[in-house]
Formats: sequence, structure tokens, C-alpha cells
Amino acid sequence: MLTKRIIACLDVRGGRVVKGVQFVDIVDAGDPAELAHRHATAGADEIVLLDITATHEERGTLLDTVRRAAARLFVPFTVGGGVRTRDDAAAVFDAGADKVSINSAAIARPELIGEIGASFGAQAVIVAIDARRAAGAARRGAKGVEDAEVYVSGGRKPTGRRVVEWAREAESRGAGEILLTSMDTDGMRDGFDCELTAAVSEAVQIPVIASGGAGCAVHFAEVFGRGKADAALAASIFHFGATDSRELKAQLLKAGVSVRLPC
Amino acid sequence: MIAVIDYKAGNLTSVVKSLRYLLGEERPAREVVVTQSPEMVRQSEKIVLPGVGHFQATQLLNDLGLTDAVHEGIAKGAWFLGICVGLQWLYEGSTEALEAPGLGAFSGMCERFPAEYEGAELKSPHVGWNSLEGIREDSRLLRGVEDGSFVYFTHSWRAPVSKDTAAVTEYGGEFTSAVERGNVMGVQFHPEKSADVGLRVLRNFMEL
Repeated sequence: MLTKRIIACLDVRGGRVVKGVQFVDIVDAGDPAELAHRHATAGADEIVLLDITATHEERGTLLDTVRRAAARLFVPFTVGGGVRTRDDAAAVFDAGADKVSINSAAIARPELIGEIGASFGAQAVIVAIDARRAAGAARRGAKGVEDAEVYVSGGRKPTGRRVVEWAREAESRGAGEILLTSMDTDGMRDGFDCELTAAVSEAVQIPVIASGGAGCAVHFAEVFGRGKADAALAASIFHFGATDSRELKAQLLKAGVSVRLPC
Repeated sequence: MIAVIDYKAGNLTSVVKSLRYLLGEERPAREVVVTQSPEMVRQSEKIVLPGVGHFQATQLLNDLGLTDAVHEGIAKGAWFLGICVGLQWLYEGSTEALEAPGLGAFSGMCERFPAEYEGAELKSPHVGWNSLEGIREDSRLLRGVEDGSFVYFTHSWRAPVSKDTAAVTEYGGEFTSAVERGNVMGVQFHPEKSADVGLRVLRNFMEL
């Protein structure tokens, strides 16, 4: 049976793993290569490394960090941040990534999705969507889901585009997966935006990875159930040794969620 | 020498990295060669055909004379491992690209996952960790791998189940996740991305 994936995310800035709350208040959480390896060993199904400052500082992806992290990783490895062209993606793949995650660059020039897919296969292209509900709207519940807006540049710029509609377009242009981050719930550790995740998951055929708000096993069970997510991503709950994937998965199995237990 | 065939379909880095990792420190990295040369393929004791991407890309194997080289290599007893599209290519063909015939080592055509299964919508591609079931006891490729072991998949087309099937996986019905007959083997999953289980499969292949 196909299991639900638990993805460990490393937000990297200046070669270090960092974690913020609602995209600000950054704190240091360690070395990317070491943390990637530790997560994989602890049973994370995939590793995502996001260079969170790459876009707005016009900086290339940290290829060296990618290479070091990939050296000992034998689970799928995604890299995002600073990928603006097919050649940027090629360099990231050459350094050892299996998939790239594109965000601002896909909004700026949606053809990029198909261009990377044509060279490396659709499975290698994740379109990341940073979503925020309208100001003053509830952070939870079905109300306001349709109006949730896509943000780019690390959550700094609103685009005026609707999340569900952009997810559909990304799929039709050849995205292999959608990584949906709720800026409203990000870093709050009080649960994913299940309604928004479900709306996107129902709108597309490709897998949807939910992100933003993981605090405990119950939140994962919710987003896999009510949120209809195929995978869920988390960062802060895995850092600082709060919990690891093995522990999380044992709890999810008890809750009836199908997950892969590492050997 | 292990020849990893480069037919410009996706990213070979992870496969090559895994094979070289398994060579260990005492054997030189050059024992794993990435090549498009039919001559090199003919001379190799082991041939790996990776592949993520469109079945159409396998047409290049014919154009470069690699299909004949693989036929000859297999006939001479070289061990062959196809991964993902590389497994699908071992069959007669795929509905993904009818104009590009497969090697025909195994009978049957690869087909797309159905949009619906048992009345429910089936998402496609099939992405993620799924289990190997019904592992054939005489499989050399899957030696030491237990039923229920999880491996990583990402694909939209799948190979049919036949007597050569070495393991099946369930997603919208059963499909062949590993196939093996004599020296010809294939896996639909990505052993290079399947943690310890995947490394075990690659090690089994390398130790043949």
C-alpha cells in the first residue's frame, strides 16, 4: 500500500539550517549535510533543502551545500531556492538533487516548469506555492480558501493569483508535485491548513505536499485525512531533537495512518 | 566493469553515486562507467539502464546502436538491470510511446495507471514509498529483501504481472515492481532512493 510521506525540510541561509516563525524571527539549527543525514537515518521519507534567501538576494543555489548533503543521502532529495532557469536546475541535479522546487521563478515565467520537465522528467519538478488567506480572514475552516493568494520572494510579495487556480496551471504545465505552504500556519506548530490543502489536492491529480504548522502527530494525521495530503513536510519539530520521524511514524501508525517504518 | 547507459533521459547522478558508494574504498570509481558507446556496453560484465522520463527517450537506444549492443551483451551473459523506464523498456513496449519498441525480453506492454480503481479515483503518477510483495524466493536481485519492504516509486506507466515477475506492488491493482529471468533484471522502483532496502538490491546486483 502506498504510504503517506513524512518529509524533513531544511531551510538554509548562508550555509546553515535556520527556522523562522511565519517566515521571520530566524534561529540557527545546524549544518545542512549533517541534519539531512540524521533525518534520513531517523526515517524521514524525503529531504527538502530550501535556500530561503536565494531569490531576494539574487544568489545562486548553494551547490556546495547540496553536494555535501547528497553525498550520503539515499532517499529522494529536493532542492529549492534560486532556481530560475533550466541551467540552474541542471546544476542542482548535477550536485546530487533528485527534484527541484521552484516558486517565484515559476510565477514569473510559468514555461520554466515544462522546460525543466522536458529535460529531467516531470517527477523532478515540484512547484512550491506559498499561500496566505486574506487579511482578517480566519486562519482555519473552509471560508476564505478560494481567495487564498499566492506569495513569492520568500513570502514578501503578493502576486494577485489564487492558490487553487495556480496549482491547476502548474499541473497542466507539467509539475510533478505541489508543495503547498500555508504562511498563516507556518512555524506556529498548531496544525496544517487542512481545508486549503484539501482544496488543492482535490483540484489536481499530482501529489500534494502539505507544509506549515506541524506541531505533533495529530496534526499530520489530520492533514493526511481531512487535508487529503499525499505527503507532509515539517522542519522545526524535527530540529533540536524535539521528535524524530521514527517516533512520529510510530504514533501515526497507531492512529491508523499508513507510513513506512525504517528498518 | 559496470556500464551505466546514458540515453539523455533524466538524471543519472544518484544511480552512479549509489553504485560508486557500494564499490567501497578499495575499488576505483572508474569501475562504474557512464557511457553511450555500444562497444563499451558490449564489453561490460554488468549493464545498468536507469531512466526517469518519457518512454520515447528509449528511441535513442536504437538510434545509437545500443539496443543491439544490449542484446549481444545479454546473449553473452552480461548481467542487466533496468531501473524505472529501464524496466519498462525490457517489455515489448509502452502505450506511452507506441512508435518506440522495447527490447522484448519480457512479454506484454506497459500501460498507464487507470484513472479509477474499484470505484475510487486513482491519483497518477504513483509517487512515494510502497511495499514489495510476493517476492520470488529464487530471485537473486531481491535476495535478503523481505515481503512488505518499502521502496520509492515515481511513475505513471507500469508493467504487467507475468511468470517472470519477481515482486509485485499494489496500486490500482498489482503491477510488476521487479522482474527477473536469468541474467536480465529490472525494478520499477528507484533502488538508489530506497534507503537500506534499495542499497541491498544494488549490492545484490553488484555481487552477481
